This record gives sequence, C-alpha cells and structure tokens, in this order.
Amino acid sequence: MDQFLQQIVNGISLGSIYALIALGYTMIYGIIKLINFAHGDIYMIGAYIGFAVTTYTHLGFFPALIISMIGCTVLGVLIEKVAYKPLRNSSRIAVLITAIGMSFLLEYVMMFFVGAEVRSYPTLIPKKAFHIGDIIINTQQIYIVLTAVALMILLQFIVHKTKTGKAMRAVSIDKDAAQLMGINVNNTISFTFAIGSAFAGAAGVLVGIYYNSIDPLMGMMPGLKAFVAAVFGGIGNIPGAMIGGLGIGIMETLVSGYGNSMYRDAAVFALLIVILIVKPTGLLGKNTREKV
Amino acid sequence: MPLLKVDKLTKSFGGLTAVSNVSLHIDRGELVGLIGPNGAGKTTLFNLLTGVYVPTSGSINLEKDSGVIELAGKKPYNVTKEGLARTFQNIRLFKDLTVIDNVRIAMHLNVKYGLGSAFLHFNKYHNEEDELKAEAERLLDIFHLSHKKNELAKNLPYGEQRHLEIARALATKPSLLLLDEPAAGMNPYETAALTDIIEWIRTEFDLTILLIEHDMSLVMKICERIYVLDYGMLIASGEPDEIRKNKRVIEAYLGEDVNNA
Amino acid sequence: MRALTKKNLLILSSIILTFALVQVLFMVGILNSFYEITIATICINIILAVSLNLVTGFTGQFSLGHAGFMSIGAYVCAIISMRMGSVGGFIFGMLAGALAAAFVGVLIGIPTLRLKGDYLAIATLGMAEIVRVVFLNLEITNGAAGLNGIPRYANWLWLFLFTVLAVVLINNFIKSSPGRACIAIREDEIAAESMGINTTKYKVIAFAIGAFFAGLAGGLYSSYFYFLKPDLFGFMKSVDILVIVVLGGLGSLTGSVIAAILLALITTFLQSFTAVRMIVYAALLVLIMIFRPQGLMGSKEINDILKFRFRNKDEKIE
Repeated sequence: MDQFLQQIVNGISLGSIYALIALGYTMIYGIIKLINFAHGDIYMIGAYIGFAVTTYTHLGFFPALIISMIGCTVLGVLIEKVAYKPLRNSSRIAVLITAIGMSFLLEYVMMFFVGAEVRSYPTLIPKKAFHIGDIIINTQQIYIVLTAVALMILLQFIVHKTKTGKAMRAVSIDKDAAQLMGINVNNTISFTFAIGSAFAGAAGVLVGIYYNSIDPLMGMMPGLKAFVAAVFGGIGNIPGAMIGGLGIGIMETLVSGYGNSMYRDAAVFALLIVILIVKPTGLLGKNTREKV
Repeated sequence: MPLLKVDKLTKSFGGLTAVSNVSLHIDRGELVGLIGPNGAGKTTLFNLLTGVYVPTSGSINLEKDSGVIELAGKKPYNVTKEGLARTFQNIRLFKDLTVIDNVRIAMHLNVKYGLGSAFLHFNKYHNEEDELKAEAERLLDIFHLSHKKNELAKNLPYGEQRHLEIARALATKPSLLLLDEPAAGMNPYETAALTDIIEWIRTEFDLTILLIEHDMSLVMKICERIYVLDYGMLIASGEPDEIRKNKRVIEAYLGEDVNNA
Repeated sequence: MRALTKKNLLILSSIILTFALVQVLFMVGILNSFYEITIATICINIILAVSLNLVTGFTGQFSLGHAGFMSIGAYVCAIISMRMGSVGGFIFGMLAGALAAAFVGVLIGIPTLRLKGDYLAIATLGMAEIVRVVFLNLEITNGAAGLNGIPRYANWLWLFLFTVLAVVLINNFIKSSPGRACIAIREDEIAAESMGINTTKYKVIAFAIGAFFAGLAGGLYSSYFYFLKPDLFGFMKSVDILVIVVLGGLGSLTGSVIAAILLALITTFLQSFTAVRMIVYAALLVLIMIFRPQGLMGSKEINDILKFRFRNKDEKIE
C-alpha cells in the first residue's frame, strides 16, 4: 500500500510536467487542428535555456523558469509565423509534415550547437525529503507540482476571464465566424502558440529538475506522451489535458514500479490505442459528426 | 406488396426528433416525390433509408425477388447492394477523379474478379475491365457526358455534375433510386431537360424513383404521388392535385406558394 | 495476362535496360561497393515508399507506423534465415516476414482504421512504438543489442527483382476495381459507402498490402545489411518513408520511385557532412511543404506527363 501511494506521489509530479506540455498540444490543436510535433522540442529548448541561465549566470530557480518561458514564447511564435502560417490553407498532411520537419530541425540544430551528449542539470532546489508515514516527498516534487498548478490556474484565468481568452475560444470554434466578428485570427493563433510554448518552456526546466539530465532528443518521447495525454483527456479541452497528463504520469510510474519499466512507453501507447478505439473523443471531449 | 415499405420510422438526435413515426410505401415502377419546408427531415429520411443513420425505431422493408428484407440497421454499402442508390443534396462526386472513374467505381459491386486478378491482371481482369468501360461509356452517353469522360469531375459545370451523380448512382444497378434535390441550382431549361431524363431512365432501367425536390414545377409534373413532411412528421400524401389543395400543406408552406406550378 | 501489348513491352524493356546498365556499371567498376549500399538503400526505400503510398497516397489513410511493419518483416526473416541458413530459408523468411507484417496490419487495422486523419496517424505511431518495445524486450530478438551475423543472401539481383515486383503489383492493384475502391475512400468516404464500397474492408486490405510489402522490404534490409536492432525502426524511420512519399507526391508511384532515388543521392552526397546532414534534411522538409506541398509529381505518374506532351505535339501538327 505504501509503495502504491509512493508511486502515486511520483506519478503526480511527473504527470504535472506532462500536463504542462499537453496543455500546449491541446490548445494548438484546438485552434488550428495541428498536432504540433515541434512542441516537444520547444520543451527541450526550454530545458536548455534553463540550463544555460543557471550554469552561466548562477540565477536561481524562478528567474530560470521565467527566462526559459520567455525564450520559448519567442521561439514558438516565430515557428508559427515562419513555418505554419504560410500553410494555413494547405492540406492537413502538409502541415503535419512541416511540424515533423520543424521538430527535426530544432533537434539537430540544437545538437549541432550543444553536442549530442547528455548533460546533468545543476541543482536548483536544495534537496530535502519529507517523510509522511512511509511515503517520501522531496522538495523538487513540491516545486514541480506547485509551479504546474499555479500555471494552470493562470491559464484558466486567461482563457475564461480575459478578452484574448474569449477570442481564443471563438477562433477554436469557427475561424471564419470569429474573423467576421472582428477578431484578429492571426494574432489569436500567435497568442495561443505563445502560451503553449511558454508552458512547454516551464515544463522543460521542471523536467531538468526531475530527471536531472537533458539532451537534444529528450523532447521526442515526452512530447508524444503529452500528446497522448491530450488525446486521453479529450483533445482541445484544457481541463482534459490536465487530467490526461496526471493520468499518464501515474500510469507510467505504476507500470515502472510494479511491472517492467521497459514496457513503460508501450503501456502509454497501448492506452492511446484503447482510448482511440473506445472513446476517440477522450474523457472530456465532445462528439461531432460529419453532416451528409 | 410495395417495393419499399417504411413502417413507423423514427430518428432522434438527443432531444431532437428529426423524423417521427413516418410510414410510407412505394410501389414498383412508381415515381414518388417527397416535399416539405426546409428542415422538415427529408434528407434525414433519405439518410435513414440508405443506412447513413441507424433509425431509433421502426422498420424499412424492401421487396426483392428472394423475399422481403429489412434495411434498418444495415450499413450504407449493404443497402446499396440490396438495390438502393442515391444522389446527394450537396453533390459528393469523387472530385479529383475522372468522369469515367466516378462511374466505374460505382460498378464495383458487379465486378467478379478477385484480388489475384487485381494484382496479376489475368485475362479475367482484362475482359471484365473492357466490359466495365463499355458499360460506363453507355451510361455517360445517356447524360451526354461521354465526350468528357477523361475530364476531372470537379471541372464539369454544375448541371453536368448533377447529371454525373445520377449516372454514378445508376451504375450500382439499383431497383430504387433516391434523388436528393436533383434540380437544385438549375435554371428552368436545365430543369426541364432533367425532367425528361428522369422519366426516360425510369422506363429504360425499369426503376422506381423517390425524389426530394424544392422545384414544384418538377415535382408536380412528374411525380405520381407525393408525401409531405413537416417537423419530421408526415402531414399529407396523395396525387399532385390533392397535395396542391391540401390545407395542412399550404399552412406548412405558408409563404411558399404551392400553387405556383 | 495480356503480356505482349506495346506498352508492356516498353516497360519490360526499360526494366531490363535499367538492370543491365547498373550491372555493367558494377562490372566496369564505375559503381563501387560504397555506391552498392546506396543502390540497396534506394531499392528498399522504393518498396517502402510505394507500399506506404498505397495506404496514405491512394487510400488516404495517414500512417506514421510503417517502420513497425518493416521491423516485423526484418526480424522474422532474420530469425528464420539464421536458423535455416540457405537461400531457400531466406526466401521463406522473406515471405513469412511479409505475411507476419500483413497479419499484424490486419490486426491493428480493424480497430484503428475507423479513426480519421491525425488520430489514425497517432494510433499507427503508437503501434510502431509498441512493436519496437516488444522487440527490445524479447529474447529471440536479442533485445537492444540486436541481431548480428544474419546470413547475407540479398544481393543486387534480389533487391532489383523484389523492387520491380513491388512496384508492378501495387501499380496493377491500383488500376483494378479494388484499387479504385481504395481511391474512392480517399476522395469521399461517405460517397464511397453509398456506392456499395465496404470502406473498412478496403482500408484493411490496403493496410495489409502496405504492411506486406513493408515486411518484404524489412526482410531485404535484414539480409543485405546483416544486422538489426530495434532502434533502427523508430519514429524516425517511419518519417523517412513518409517524406519520400510526400516528396514524390501522394498518389504517384513514379513520384515515390524518383523521390527515393533523389533522397538517397542527397543523403550519400551529405554523408561526409554528418553534422549538417540532418539539419539540411529537416530544413528541406519544411521548405518543400511550404513551396511545393503536392510533392514533385502531384498525383500524376510520369507517363501522364509524357502523354500530355505527346498529345500537345500531335495537336500542333494537325
């Protein structure tokens, strides 16, 4: 039982990182129906920015987090403007391949500059463990979960209480109608990329703390898993992405803890296939069907 | 025994009942019209008959030589196999394929050669493909499209696209043809020409036809019987003259003059 | 079979000519063993690309898991030919591997092909990842270390034969009634169903055929390069194949062939610049999508383009 609770605790902290990445996927998919494969690599770059800031300027956790978020915002918006915007009216497959190309581009440009080797992340948070019964919770986990929760609350506020948030929701439902209502669709899409990328940047710093190591290809797998989380929760749905992220995180730690950690990734994808078959709209997604 | 007998057919989407307790029948060789104001449930009824939607309740019986079969709950491709073919209100041609390929695809059910011949192009393949091509050209001739057989469907003018849709439906060798607003968007001359074609194919192919149409001149001219839907319910049925005088129909069409024709 | 039509003779003679030309270049030593690897890669990639084109370009089902099927064919063929150790074993292994891949294709296809577009892409990606993890953990595949010393029976002749076979068979299929049914599904699924096409059945057929040839390509790969490990068949490999198909043009078999050759040449040319190779590759991908999203050939075949030219000339003469 204790081991089970311990795995849940670990799962929640890993899951909140997935949730942060999944939010970006889900928002971008919601607004332009694109699986932004480069999203996982923005998160990787976020981790490197955090690494650079803390290693070379010796700033602490929060400044590193903020700078990384800002850097990723700029990068995300830039990618959208350069690579995706010219394809706004192209086929879905063309945009998806562009996203895959963008993902590779980020990975290998990064590899060109920083090398392929794994680097260990500096200790940003003094490691201290708290014992509650037999369960161990350490400061890193607390920081990760609190940061993630704070960002998610901020996002809920932006989406539901601000004018820009309203514009985002309008564009995601009907781009043309939103345009006719005087909403600047291009700016709204850029803004969505900005928020999504900022969150990915934050997740990058958090994962550096969690796993203690970073490398240029680190974005691939967590990126895909975060996408699975977004689908699990119902793609395009913000609370769904949070629940999905936590679900995937917990499932992963449980599979590693009780089964074979080698099958961790396979379990996530098996879950994906099961969801897609049983309830393709995800936990909180809505059903739509084509009109004949 | 009628060719098609629909009994107490109902379809609801969540709280909305789009088609409610509709019973109707179509005799062999008849040309029946289905009219009603916008949103009356005509296309939904078509979608139920052709298997696109599964009815909430009720039955759809089709008389065949081998006996009566239940169509409700069958998949669209099986409904087509049983001899129902349709056109679409909003033209659903295979736009990027040639005119003749559109027709050839619809002949798919009559092809007898298997995967082996498909891969290795045995003689069987060539013989059947030659026949297929000849038959497709014959169909296109009826609609004066054979000189455009190698053009892409999307490059045809609107009226010809509608004709191609009918040709494609005929290629499935139906006994009952469902036409969803075949004259939509056509000018009076085109509509008149279409009227002739519909009557001609009916005798030529020994067809029974059910058509949805807003153009009253077409409906009143060629339909032998008419069913009227409003709010998903059948409000009247009968010969064109009866429908023209029916009070409930006039009320349903308030503003739209049924006596126009 | 109407083997002796003018068109077929033309095709046959150009196939033989291609083979003879490359063979002569090998014999006089213009093409050395370094280029032989490039040519083997081209052959294998052509098979992979035309089979994926059938699924994605012709049937319109977006798959990101083609490397998964390739790996099944590769491992099955490798394991069988290692046990049997004869040319017969190699051929048997190739067939068994291709059939195993097709079988998995049907198994995966039946539930997932109900999904559309992006969802199918992700489901197939997930499937390929699961296959990879399974190979990583099996004893018979020797886990992450992989299989070494697979008997090398595949040579230029075998590669060429299988490549021609794959292209011809898939081309024949597309020109048949089941092939047209697949294309109809790509064009409009609802219209296809109301024309009497069982869309699920034909999607699964296309998927299984695609998987079969991917398995065949995997078998050739294992035998030619005599070394396998699960990481060779990751997401990257699936994307590589997709890139060939998209660069050539979705729905153009000759486009796939041309793109496979072109990309292999570019890769060979960039071999000495390892660091920038992937950057160039990725940038190329993005640029092609922005400036020519329909690929080199669009959905046309090379003979469509030639025919068009000829017809124009004729008209001018008249």
